[in-house]
Amino acid sequence: MLNKVVDTMIIEANLGRLYALWLREFKVFLRERSRLIASTFTPVLWLFVIGSGFGSTHPSTGVDYQKFIFPGIVSMSVIFSSVFFGSYIIWDRKFDFLKSVMVAPVSRDTVFIGKTLGGMTTSLVQAAILLAIGMAIGINLNVLSLIQTIAVVLLLSFALTSVGLAIGSYIESLEGFQLIISFVVFPLFFLSAALFPLKNLPGWLFFLTAIDPATYAVDALRNAIIGTSIHSFALDVGVLAAFTIAFAIFGSYSFRRMKAV
Amino acid sequence: MSNGYFVGWRTFQIDYFYFFKISRHNTLIYISIDCLIAIRDLVKRYDNLTAVDRLNLDIHENEVFGLLGSNGAGKTTTIHMLATLLKPTSGTATVNGFDIVTQSAKVRGSVGIVFQAPSSDDMLTGYENLKLHSWLYSVPRQVREKRIAEVLDLVGLTERKSDQVKKYSGGMRRRLEIARGLIHKPKVIFLDEPTLGLDPSSRESMWKYIERLVKEEKITIILTTHYMEEADMLCDRIGIIDRGKIIALDTPSKLKGMMGGDIVKLKLVEKKRPNTDMLKNFSFVHKIENISDDGLLVLSVDNASRNLPIILKYIDAESVEYTIPTLNDVFLRSTGRNIKEEAEGGFMEKYARYEQK
Repeated sequence: MLNKVVDTMIIEANLGRLYALWLREFKVFLRERSRLIASTFTPVLWLFVIGSGFGSTHPSTGVDYQKFIFPGIVSMSVIFSSVFFGSYIIWDRKFDFLKSVMVAPVSRDTVFIGKTLGGMTTSLVQAAILLAIGMAIGINLNVLSLIQTIAVVLLLSFALTSVGLAIGSYIESLEGFQLIISFVVFPLFFLSAALFPLKNLPGWLFFLTAIDPATYAVDALRNAIIGTSIHSFALDVGVLAAFTIAFAIFGSYSFRRMKAV
Repeated sequence: MSNGYFVGWRTFQIDYFYFFKISRHNTLIYISIDCLIAIRDLVKRYDNLTAVDRLNLDIHENEVFGLLGSNGAGKTTTIHMLATLLKPTSGTATVNGFDIVTQSAKVRGSVGIVFQAPSSDDMLTGYENLKLHSWLYSVPRQVREKRIAEVLDLVGLTERKSDQVKKYSGGMRRRLEIARGLIHKPKVIFLDEPTLGLDPSSRESMWKYIERLVKEEKITIILTTHYMEEADMLCDRIGIIDRGKIIALDTPSKLKGMMGGDIVKLKLVEKKRPNTDMLKNFSFVHKIENISDDGLLVLSVDNASRNLPIILKYIDAESVEYTIPTLNDVFLRSTGRNIKEEAEGGFMEKYARYEQK
């Protein structure tokens, strides 16, 4: 009986901590307008410039090229915002904010989950903005495809925020940020087949796309939004979920072994 | 609950486990009833540097304890270990009865800490920062708002609570950090160089807030500093730390008393030896030195500013000069080095770092 009461109290306390950590991330996100505008502008630029530019000449995608890359652009925005969000932990550490959280009686796992929730929220907000723009260029969404899209965005974002947090926990200088962009963000994006169909690829490229978790998100989003895909939705989501779990474990492990000072 | 693992099962298990261990620890390590922090053979060694070297120290409840030393003496390392941010290489300490190595969550609930550099989120307002930490420390819902108002008032930030921290001055940021450190009514608060990098007037107002804190909150304060006057003014007891070891430990006045009292130099009207026998009868006179050729009488006395008029009744002096030993003299005598000379270089370095932020 007492056990149960204590148990409930501890869960409540931890939920409170999670909520507080999430709220902080969300408020900062809303207040850093420039970050939001910049990270929305890039995908839009891709969608319209690359989408329309290649669209005029591009063969064999079955649908209008701009619409074809739309799911890829949504996942691009999730890739960028999630990995950046996670690796923002470098800033938190540099500015000692993280130290003040670490010295509170909060477990590392709680801090980790709070961060990933924050990352998922920012990704979702950006994806929502893109979806609204998508409606304007003629993308049709029904309730099911909307739910599927949200689920995929959240999963991918969870996975990649974990990756960002994991990498951020090993890197101490802000200069390391450039490395993350070059060696993590861009490969994840380009190899996800966001800009090209998965058919008729050279073997090496197909292999690389197959080990990129974002590929499955792109494929699942294509399935949900424009109705063309290589794999079934369930398979895509299953593989993505497996990646997510692996990354979450890796991320929370890295986070736990990170030095506090 | 499927995600029970993440939201608290682990923490719960750890807490529950130590519930039984605490009682044993108490009897083992507790030495005196009012000893809030007991440091035992604490060592922190980095590759080729021993930052803290078998440190032993008891800190009592409700005292203001100063760790005084130059940069790199081991002050910050010590309090980082006491706040469980660093693991000791060997040895341990108990804080509020909890072991810093094995019961870190309990220790963290009992301490507040103000870091050398501000650590609040400057995109949030002062109030929001405090609210965030009240959640992190699980301050009960019923008292949360009241407590936030209390600490804001204590550090004089009530009127600026809705401003983003990036609009605060350096002194206000420090005060917000103190408020944050107090939000969960800790038993002890660590202030790591609370006035480093502040201009003289902000420093003085910071001292006032710390004094107010001593008066209004029932709390033990441990502050590190390399400013002699700061330690002298604020602390009940001072530990002078050098190369990771406590080399002198006492109240400021007793530490200064080690130097043998105030030095009074009287330039005599006549160059012959006056009758100093009368002076020997006073208990406040410790030592009477021989008159030098230029007619200087040197006395070593307690409380020169009060006793000088009495001395002058018996001695005709042309001019008088007296010096009160400072903690710097104590430091100089204990270490053979001058704290200020050493501190400056490192101070500028740290200050530059602080400015960058």
